[in-house]
Amino acid sequence: MFEIFGVPSQALFGQLLLGLINGSFYALLSLGLAVIFGMLNIINFTHGAQYMMGAFAAFLLLNFTGIGYWPALVIAPIVVGIFGMIIERTMLQWLYKLDHLYGLLLTFGLALIIEGLARNQYGSAGLPYAMPDSLRGGQNLGFMFLPNYRGWVIFASLAICFATWFVIERTRLGAYLRAATENPTLVRAFGINVPLMITLTYGFGVGLAALAGVMAAPIYNVSPQMGSDLIIVVFAVVVIGGMGSIMGAIVTGFGLGVIEGLTKVFFPEASNTVIFVIMAIVLLIRPAGLFGRTA
Amino acid sequence: MVAATETIAAPAHSAEGRSEVIAFFVMVVLLVIAPFFIYPLFLMQALCFALFACAFNLLIGYVGLLSFGHALYFGWASYLAAHAAKVWGFPPELAILTGAATGAVLGLVAGSLAIRRQGIYFAMITLALAQMMYFFALQAKFTGGEDGIQGVPRGKLFGMIDLTSHMTMYFLVLVIFLAGFLFILRIINSPFGEVLKAIRENEPRAISLGYKTDRYKLVAFVLSATLAGVAGGTKAIVFQIASLTDVHWSMSGEVVLMTLVGGLGTIFGPVAGAFVIIAMQNYLNALDQWVTVIQGVIFVVCVLLFRRGVIGEIAHLLRIKL
Repeated sequence: MFEIFGVPSQALFGQLLLGLINGSFYALLSLGLAVIFGMLNIINFTHGAQYMMGAFAAFLLLNFTGIGYWPALVIAPIVVGIFGMIIERTMLQWLYKLDHLYGLLLTFGLALIIEGLARNQYGSAGLPYAMPDSLRGGQNLGFMFLPNYRGWVIFASLAICFATWFVIERTRLGAYLRAATENPTLVRAFGINVPLMITLTYGFGVGLAALAGVMAAPIYNVSPQMGSDLIIVVFAVVVIGGMGSIMGAIVTGFGLGVIEGLTKVFFPEASNTVIFVIMAIVLLIRPAGLFGRTA
Repeated sequence: MVAATETIAAPAHSAEGRSEVIAFFVMVVLLVIAPFFIYPLFLMQALCFALFACAFNLLIGYVGLLSFGHALYFGWASYLAAHAAKVWGFPPELAILTGAATGAVLGLVAGSLAIRRQGIYFAMITLALAQMMYFFALQAKFTGGEDGIQGVPRGKLFGMIDLTSHMTMYFLVLVIFLAGFLFILRIINSPFGEVLKAIRENEPRAISLGYKTDRYKLVAFVLSATLAGVAGGTKAIVFQIASLTDVHWSMSGEVVLMTLVGGLGTIFGPVAGAFVIIAMQNYLNALDQWVTVIQGVIFVVCVLLFRRGVIGEIAHLLRIKL
């Protein structure tokens, strides 16, 4: 046991870990937002609600069908992703030719509907989701105690983030995707089904949000408003990082999570607002965002 | 430069102005007789939100800027106005001016940050800044946290007119609303307003014509925030309370909804939208828990099928400008 700036190391590392956990959710969500924005030119306000849907899907699977955490990790994102694709086909696709703002307004409305329905059905109080048995307990790392589940969340989200980065930046499919982002008409002329690609991209982004929701369920309670509180912070993360680069979204997400965790140790009153303050500073110094290009 | 903008503005007045003038007088007559038939407290609430929505519409409708954090100016103005009236003992007119000043200062700070980015980022930045100030309101001592500031005195207008009666209060609110409404009308029909519309249509072109568009956007933003502040301050005096509801992001969403329902970029749309939404909240009280869902459905329906809004559709059918 030792102290750093008068703070016991245990508390410091504990908050750092919590910061990394929050950071992995920021990274996963801002990654999904960036991928969706790249293809659809729409800011998906429903993202928070879809994250919440992922958590609820895991909760319902466990309590009504007895399907546990590990299958839920696959089923929930697919189900919510399909739901997202239906929304894209039935609603979002009519807005691509209009001002971006209509996409924001539509997805905001959808978020209100989903959240309202969840609140009517389950109330605003959080519902507990049991941690999978295989990830109970923890490791003593010498300088701190690492609960297994938290270690798993950080590891899994890093892996997912880098897999996404790899697919988009290093594979043929990713090359089609990036090309379609730049010039959809031309890519379509080459015989690639761009509308299908757009639908799948939206489904994928939404699936990422749902996956984050499943991973969050055992840590935070499952509650209808878990997404709306988070999505505004994620918007700030996206403004700070800029949506131009996948790697930028990942680095900014984790980095801000850690900064937020440290703020909780040294200046707890500001822990809710520190990310917004950083956003303001970044806007003053580098208006395009840390990884953004000026449009 | 001034001469050039004035020649652009001139034809808009003579040809299309008549329908606006008629509609304005119809609205004034309706609002003057309304309190004798409808509960004045409901009307006052609707008028406060109508002014709030008009202020918001000045940005989205005439500059093309979607501010998703207008609750910041509305809510903080109501806090400061309530505090001024209750703790500092300000008379109502000064309390409302305190609200306006709060809106102006916050609008200057938030606006100068937000206009550094365009389009969708602008909306996200305004939302994030509003959320930051929501947390400040939650933690600050003077706001009373979850309880808000309660028991704000309505006081005596200019030290003479007692505002305790709902009827007296109503006509003060009506005067404030009409003053704000006419001020906005004046802004959008001025050479300054024409430049704003030019920025909305094609910002790079406005820049190439030599306009410092950032400065125009900032002034419009501050004006909008100030008027939202007037609305918030008035609401605090009328309802004698300032609370967290008014600074929450859902309030920012509500004002967007009102403007969308009424018609983005129409002059009378925000007023109609505010009355529709407030009436829905008051008269569908039984459906309390469904209000969020219904609001969401209205958003979706408006965006997909009904983008002109109520007033926009009427204006389109009658081929006039409203």
